[in-house]
Amino acid sequence: MAQIVYDHVTKRYGDVVAVDDLALRVDDGELLVLLGPSGCGKTTALRLVAGLEEVDAGTVSIGDDVVNDVEPKDRDVAMVFQSYALYPHLTVAKNLEFPLRQRGIDKEERRRRVTEVARTLGLEELLDRKPGQLSGGQRQRVALGRAIVRSPKAFLMDEPLSNLDAALRVQTRADIVALQQRLATTTVYVTHDQVEAMTMGHRIAVMDHGRLQQVAPPQELYDRPANAFVAAFLGSPGMNLVEGEVVTAPAGGWSVRTAGGDVELDAHLPAPPESTERKVVLGVRPEHLRLAPDGSLSARVLLVELLGAESQVICELPDHAHVVVRQVGDQPRPALGEAVRIAVDPAGVHLFAIDGTRLEGGR
Amino acid sequence: MSPEGIVSRRPRRVQEALLGYLLLVPALLVFGVFVFYPFLRNFKLALYQTPPFPGLPSHYVGLHQVGEVLTSSNFLQSLLTTILFVVMVVPAGLLLGLFLAVAAHRHLRGIAVYRIIFSSTVVSSVAVAALVFGTLMNPVVGFLPWLGINPHPPILENTTWALPAVAVMATWQFLGLSFIIMSAGLSSIPEEVLEAAKVDGATSWSAFWRVTVPLLSPTLFFGVVVATIYAFQTFGQIDILIGSQNAAYEHVNVLIYNVYTTLQINGNPGRAAVLSIALFLLTLTLTLLQLRFLERRVSYGI
Repeated sequence: MAQIVYDHVTKRYGDVVAVDDLALRVDDGELLVLLGPSGCGKTTALRLVAGLEEVDAGTVSIGDDVVNDVEPKDRDVAMVFQSYALYPHLTVAKNLEFPLRQRGIDKEERRRRVTEVARTLGLEELLDRKPGQLSGGQRQRVALGRAIVRSPKAFLMDEPLSNLDAALRVQTRADIVALQQRLATTTVYVTHDQVEAMTMGHRIAVMDHGRLQQVAPPQELYDRPANAFVAAFLGSPGMNLVEGEVVTAPAGGWSVRTAGGDVELDAHLPAPPESTERKVVLGVRPEHLRLAPDGSLSARVLLVELLGAESQVICELPDHAHVVVRQVGDQPRPALGEAVRIAVDPAGVHLFAIDGTRLEGGR
Repeated sequence: MSPEGIVSRRPRRVQEALLGYLLLVPALLVFGVFVFYPFLRNFKLALYQTPPFPGLPSHYVGLHQVGEVLTSSNFLQSLLTTILFVVMVVPAGLLLGLFLAVAAHRHLRGIAVYRIIFSSTVVSSVAVAALVFGTLMNPVVGFLPWLGINPHPPILENTTWALPAVAVMATWQFLGLSFIIMSAGLSSIPEEVLEAAKVDGATSWSAFWRVTVPLLSPTLFFGVVVATIYAFQTFGQIDILIGSQNAAYEHVNVLIYNVYTTLQINGNPGRAAVLSIALFLLTLTLTLLQLRFLERRVSYGI
């Protein structure tokens, strides 16, 4: 077991910078989720730890050792691939045994460990089958088993759940969390699915365009996103972002003037310094908006999405910016095209500069 | 009732079948004239004995000639030579092709140039290549003699070295196809599986033997079938490098060449027909055996 440290790591493919000056530390025993849209560099960052890609600048360390020049086979990490990458010509037992065999562990010990892992993951019945005869969920468990069988220093998981159907994904998600907790092995988990990230990670590192955007525990990331990208990426749907201008409110204090009307800023937001940042981006999560006759924003209803327990009302401001309002319970559903007013919960207001960096706000 | 009425009332299925047969006609004509008819005619030829002097009518002898040819020392010698030739060409051709394919199977700048070079023997003419090899092995101006490999009699007239010399050239000529087959096989192996092996602690060597080779086995078996048929069909190389007037001729007289000399040099169509049927059955049997084995042993459904 060991911590993993990225010390200002850069990886380029030709002119494309896949990972840009990444500085990140994964603590011993932590489950850190690398989250971001496809092409953001998260998988590359993971492969750098596995040694499947070479670092162009900076250092990657596992435990106390810089591993830039260490071969993958000598790094003592285990990887779970998105495609599972099982050995199709070997039985499940032989697949599980493979990493042990490569490390020259004797036969008795190999059998003992394979049996133990098979029992942990419920694979006993499948040991003599080949991967081609297994279902997706079973293959996934074999891939997981192959990773844990040799008690490596770290687990590297590359979207291991993305090929499973929805129900199985939720189940396996919980299984992986429980397993990681029990083994307390440092884990880097790559996903583009923010629900997976929120439910699994001790901390989440959000990446975009090869750059680390923010790293924080899930709730902090949700409550205090460091920039507009993180704000919009987390949550389903993400945070509403509306451009506006800071003005003095008639009753004293400050408000943000948007195309739909003025939104008063709560006392928890210190006044923006004079003469700077008059133009801002107002951020509010859908649950902090509500349809109310006395609301401060005027909008028109574009679409109502019913999700059972709740519904999402997608509205359009006069400048055509879209705003999503979450309705729970039995609040009356607005009609399509209806003109509505939206009330903003002042405690849920975030402010970002035009370039996306956080100004203030949020709880 | 008009003819159109009849046509239009035919079931659609029948119409489609008719169109299908119509489209088959050109191909069937060509195959019929140049493949099927000669093939069947060959069986008839085998039943007739050619008289010892030209001009006399051949007469029906039934299976007598078949038995006679298949037990003759000429046939057995020829069969042995063919087997020796296959043993020399097939493993060497496949292993070298695999070696080149593995060498070229990586992401390097300019690797495409090597891929083109390695596969180029596919498009090189047998006649030209044979002349080049003949020159390389020439006892006076050749490259091999210059290196000190200069047996007496000269390589291509030497009863010991003539067959290996032809095998070397045939192997070289097969390398291009072998390289292409092996490259296709290698690129069908999922990269992630090999990466998994690396992370799981495998050295390049053990990843190759424990993962690449087993996953390549369908390709290897296919390669064996193709290479064996190729070796059975090697004719031009022998005819140009050695020829029927050569002192070493008896030692390179593989079945396919034997068919040719029996017909063209000895003028005996009956014997030649029996020999060609023997070669056909040999090829068919080996191919069926290999395909059977291939189906049973190697399918992973990746």
